[in-house]
Amino acid sequence: MENVIPYRLQITAIVIALIFMFFVFRLITKGKLREEYSFIWIICTVLLLLFSFWRNGLDIIAKLLGVFYAPSLIFLAAIFAIVLFLVHLSVVNSRQHKQIKDLAQELALLKKKMHKD
Amino acid sequence: MSSLLKVAVIIPCYNEEQNILKLFNEINSTIFSQNIQVTPVFINDCSIDNSRSILISNNIPFIDLPVNLGIGGAVQTGYKYALRNGFDVAVQMDGDGQHPPSELEKILLPILQNESDVVIGSRYITKEGFQSSLLRRIGINYFKWLNQCLVHVTVNDSTSGYRALNREALRLVAGYYPDEYPEPEAIILYSLNKLRITEVPVTMRERQGGQSSIKTYKTIYYMFKVTLGILFLYIRLKFNGKRHTI
Repeated sequence: MENVIPYRLQITAIVIALIFMFFVFRLITKGKLREEYSFIWIICTVLLLLFSFWRNGLDIIAKLLGVFYAPSLIFLAAIFAIVLFLVHLSVVNSRQHKQIKDLAQELALLKKKMHKD
Repeated sequence: MSSLLKVAVIIPCYNEEQNILKLFNEINSTIFSQNIQVTPVFINDCSIDNSRSILISNNIPFIDLPVNLGIGGAVQTGYKYALRNGFDVAVQMDGDGQHPPSELEKILLPILQNESDVVIGSRYITKEGFQSSLLRRIGINYFKWLNQCLVHVTVNDSTSGYRALNREALRLVAGYYPDEYPEPEAIILYSLNKLRITEVPVTMRERQGGQSSIKTYKTIYYMFKVTLGILFLYIRLKFNGKRHTI
């Protein structure tokens, strides 16, 4: 199982993971990303870094789960994570939809009140 | 019922420039009983035609929504207004002139006599006046069947927007009212919250001008969306076992 991934590729992966991590942290510190959403991205970067350093990690986990072709595990996990996150975004979207509706109604009712007095 | 009954007539308007003034004049010229005080309240749902300027230039009382909320959100605004301003009853009336103001007292009567919390004006009890298209009638029969199955309430015209709500019903809909195509779904909401629903026959007219909110190509989406809305609302209310408050 030694040297399944060339070192050059491993270094590239680490660098990309670090850049991604830096990017996420910058967004948080600048206040452009709320902490509640940053959580999932931090986990993503940690996972990216973990598998960049832990060279046999993917193979070991694939074997543990009985996955024959290890790289397909990446796609499975990634698609699952994406779908989960999309559902989360839909929930957020629905909540904001209701909040915007309530705000618009309040505004309209206040305008009406203001014109009456 | 004592003394004066304050009635807010809520008229949601989206691009109804041809109908607004006619409807307003018709409401004002209709003679109601002594003990009924009718206040029309137009809800301008961000119309993109001249609806707004017609409302302003004719001094018609209206509520101006800053963004387009769709029929459900617009009607709910009116319900909230009626609730907060001490109206006894809110009547929803379509802005397109389908619902004649002369029929208003018919749908107020069951509330006036404290026999009902929600009254729905129906065109299908006695087959008088405008009866609408075949496709719509099929849809209406489907919703009638769905309501009977779920809540054992028979509403012949569940898509009718000509309805009266007393204060108890208003308190409910101020908290939650469906967004799109709210009428059939609202019946489930009322009956699962133990409100008394009555249907009275009214004569309706063909829309006087403008566009219906339900276009033919949207019918399938409409049926699907409303069915889904009804089923989920039913599950949510039935198995939570408490009043619906979101």
